Order: sequence, then structure tokens, then C-alpha cells
Amino acid sequence: MSDTQNLKQIASQVRRDIVRMVHAQNSGHPGGSLGCADFLTSLYFEIMDYDPKNFDMDAKDQDVFFLSNGHLSALWYSVLARSGAFETKELSTFRTLNSRLQGHPATKENLPGIRVASGSLGQGLSVACGTAITKKLNNDPHIVYTLHGDGELQEGQIWEAALFAAHHKIDNLIATVDFNGQQIDGPVDDIMTLGNLTAKWESFGWKVLEMDGNNMADVVKTLNHAKTLTGNDKPIVILMKTEMGMGVDFMMGSHKWHGVAPNDEQLQTALNQLEETLGDY
Amino acid sequence: MKTFNYKDRKDTRSGFGAGLFEAGKKNKNVVALCADLTGSLKMNQFADEFPERFIQCGIAEANMIGTAAGLTIGGKIPFAGTFANFATGRVYDQIRQSVAYSNKNVKICASHAGLTLGEDGATHQILEDIGLMKMLPGMVVINPCDYNQTKAATIAISEYEGPVYLRFGRPKVPNFTPENQKFEIGKALLLDEGTDVTIFATGHLVWKAIEAAEILEQKNISCEIINIHTIKPLDEKTILQSVSKTKAVVTAEEHMMNGGLGDSIAQLLSRKLPAPIEMVAVNDTFGESGTPEELLTKYDVDTENIVSAVEAVLKRK
Repeated sequence: MSDTQNLKQIASQVRRDIVRMVHAQNSGHPGGSLGCADFLTSLYFEIMDYDPKNFDMDAKDQDVFFLSNGHLSALWYSVLARSGAFETKELSTFRTLNSRLQGHPATKENLPGIRVASGSLGQGLSVACGTAITKKLNNDPHIVYTLHGDGELQEGQIWEAALFAAHHKIDNLIATVDFNGQQIDGPVDDIMTLGNLTAKWESFGWKVLEMDGNNMADVVKTLNHAKTLTGNDKPIVILMKTEMGMGVDFMMGSHKWHGVAPNDEQLQTALNQLEETLGDY
Repeated sequence: MKTFNYKDRKDTRSGFGAGLFEAGKKNKNVVALCADLTGSLKMNQFADEFPERFIQCGIAEANMIGTAAGLTIGGKIPFAGTFANFATGRVYDQIRQSVAYSNKNVKICASHAGLTLGEDGATHQILEDIGLMKMLPGMVVINPCDYNQTKAATIAISEYEGPVYLRFGRPKVPNFTPENQKFEIGKALLLDEGTDVTIFATGHLVWKAIEAAEILEQKNISCEIINIHTIKPLDEKTILQSVSKTKAVVTAEEHMMNGGLGDSIAQLLSRKLPAPIEMVAVNDTFGESGTPEELLTKYDVDTENIVSAVEAVLKRK
């Protein structure tokens, strides 16, 4: 089965990449990126069936991932680079002029791994539904994965897509919600409470799973379990509890590091807490 | 001038429905989406013949646009249809990010555009859609003039790779363009040659331009009539050629003056070939309930308005 020790090492390097990328340009979103590092590392290095080195926009005969909360771009770029989609040294161009690593993910620059732009929230679940239907029409048995923020669920389009996926029995879709309870202006419950998310998704006709998004073994186990539930006429959503800023003590437990970069001193403090396992870019 | 004949009056939305069915027969990757307006958009034939390729989206246009973008990943060619108001203004950001910026091969198919939607009134009569769509980088904007041309345009866009906005409407209008005339995206059609003024018209106003030219002929004014079915990319060559000859311009469209065809042509001419121009378009107002003909008259986008515009522009020549 899975070697979570290996995944943890990759995730540690991914976290280093994130804080270094955001620091270098003094711009980006470290909080959510750090929180979801274990999830995305598991997905790309353990769960998904795809060829990281030969990107195919049409995703023929392979699994697909869409990042709907596009502000986690630093995380996605790091995982893509570490998986071999492009050279890790390109991470140093994050958010700079003429870079393929745009502030939010984009297709225009042909960065391997990106199939649709995201950043304006709430659109990724609809896109994923479309690709999942195409896979069915093409008799391609692969799975479509997504990641969403919990704050993102305040967008109405998410619930349009939730109805749509259940109605059309899109059962080759595994959506994950980063349930960290924080958004830009503060705790989600203070800004616009989401109520009982499990009951909401279930009442929309989805199969709901829960996992601890910062426990690598639980992430791998739950994602593997979700895969076994595909093909049963129901879309699947995983409510993933994470800690924003996970891995860097002073970034944890607050919404304040949603979109703020560390200064030089803070970067050093952060890097001291994150083991360099694969070599910095 | 040439005589223009037609056998019947038909709605352009039916041309879309017929073209969609043809495109679906030709290419099994063509899929269609609709937001609870299948009958209004004449998509039934496609839905009945190819049920596995027809995706009912319910009254949820934002999700429909996103789904269409996703369908392209794996090679499908989605035609997403609803009323023009809900196909553009309501979902502008979805089109902008998931379709245009992502350069997805989505065909946005917009019926009941403009005033000629009629009695439903201003909530549904979008007059800003061409402007919204043409501002998006890479978006092709097409507004055919009759049934035959809409059918041909629908087939043509299925063979073009990239995002397209296809605008058509509800009323029955003279179906005068030749059946099975090849539709070339971005190629303006010279309908009749003239010497005094060029009338550039799009959509339902093309027939009105012909009617106006017939009236003007009685007054010994010779009009060149050009059908601009593709507003973006604009056929600059054909436009400049004509204006270099006539040196006077009238534009005609069932759309807001801001952001419409006249605006595009004025931009081109002011840069490359300044000439007096008059615009027949809706001037900074919403519509209202009424019959299509009543509305075209009240909002100054009728045959008589084209005649007056030509007379006005000739005085400035």
C-alpha cells in the first residue's frame, strides 16, 4: 500500500516551496496552500492515474484534477513541478512578469497540468462535471477530482453544480472541500455560516465522506475509499478538515495568512520548521 | 439595384436548431446544453435524435457555461443555448474565465436577442450582448441575418476551433439568403453594389437595410449594402474597400449603439479611413413590451431610420 513516510517528505518540500515562492515575490496565498499540501501531494503522488511528464490537455485515459480555489496556485505549481510536469527551477518565476506561473492558474501560457483558469471562485465544480460527462461519453473510466475552499461554497454556482451532478448521476467525480473554517475576512461562521455541510451535500444527493486533511494516512485511506465508491450513480464529496497554515506554527489557527507573504525573518522561522527533503528549487 | 426575393419568413432560431442537428449528424463530438428553453431554441430535434449528447442543465446558466468548458476537455464541441440575456450578462464571469481566458471550444448560442423578443419586455431584451462578447479577447461574435444564414453559421462554427458567440432571434423574418450558401466566419457579404453610401447591417437589420435601399433608389441614391454577419473578427478589408469608394457610412443593428457593430466600424474608420458615419442603433435606453415591429419603430431601428440616416450622412459628405 502507500508509503506515507515518502508522501510526508514530499509534502514537507512542497511546504518549503510554497513559503519560498510567496516570499520571493512578496505575494500569494500561503495559508490555504499549506493546509492542503498533504491532500494534493497524496493525490498526485499516490492516488491519481496519470502521466506527469506527458501532459495531455484532453486528459485521455487518465485521471484529472481541477483546482477550483485557484488562489492555492503556489501549492499546485509546487506539486506539479515536484511530480515532473515541469522543472522545479521554474517555481522561482511564480507571479513574475512573463511567467507561466500566473498569480492564479491559467492555460494561456501552456503550463503543463492546468486545463482551465481558476481564481474567480465557484466555477471549478461545473467544469469538472463537464469533463466527467465527456469521460463517460468517451467510455473513459477515469476519475475527475476537484478541490474547493469552504468559503467558496458561498458561491451560488457551486450549488447549481451540486444539483446538476446529482441529477445526471455524475459518479466519476470526487470533489474535496478544504474545510478549514477560515476566509479572508475571518472565520467562516462569522462571515457567512455554511451550517451543516454534511447534511447539505447529502440532501443534494451526494455521497459525503470526511477526513483529516493533515493526517497523511487518513488522506490516503479516505481517497482510496472514495475511489471504490465511484460508479454508484452518486457524485462524491469529501469534507476535509485542515488547519490553515499547517506546518508553520505562526501561520496556523488564523485567517490572517490567507493572502499575506512572510518577511525575511518569518521565512527563516518557517523554513526552520520544514525539512528540506528533495532539495530547494 | 438588385432585386431581393424570398419564399418564406422564418425565425433565425429555427435556423440554429436545423444547423445544430446537421452539425450533430456530421460530428459525433458535437454536444448540446440547454437551460430549460429547449423548445424556444428549437433544440428538440437534436435532443430527440441524440439524447446521449443532449444535456439538460435546468435554470442554472452559470453551471451550464462551466460544464460546457469542461466538456471540451476530451474533445467534445459543446453548444450551450439559452436566451441572449442569460447567455451573456448573467454569466459574464463564467464565460470570461472558464471559456474565453481558458480558450475553450465552446459555442455560446443566444436566442431572443434584441428588441424583437417583443412582449416579454426589457428584462429579456438584451441590447448589450454584442458589446459584452466582443470585448473578450479571442471571442468570435456572429449575428446572422436569416434562417438560411443562421443554419449555415451554426454548422460553420462547429468546424471552427475556439470560443464563439452566436446571436439569433425569435421573430419570423424574410429568409432571403441562398440555401446552402457557405458561411465563412469573418467574411462580410456584399449584397449589392452602390456608389453614394455604404450601409453595413447585421442580424435582423440586414433586411431592413435592403428595404431602405429600395426606397432610396427611388430618390436616386445608390446604396452599397454589406451584411456584416461576423462582428468579430471584423472584415476590415471589405469595409475599407467599400468606404474608399462610397465615402459615406450608415450602420444598422438591433443592439445598443455603445458596443455594437457601428462602434466597431467607427473605430476602424477613425483609425484608417475617416468618413462621415451615422448609426442606426438603440441609443442608451432599455426596451419595453410590444410587438417586434412596434418596438423597432419606437426605438428608431427601422427601415425609415436607415433612410433618414443615409440622407443625413450624405449631407455631411
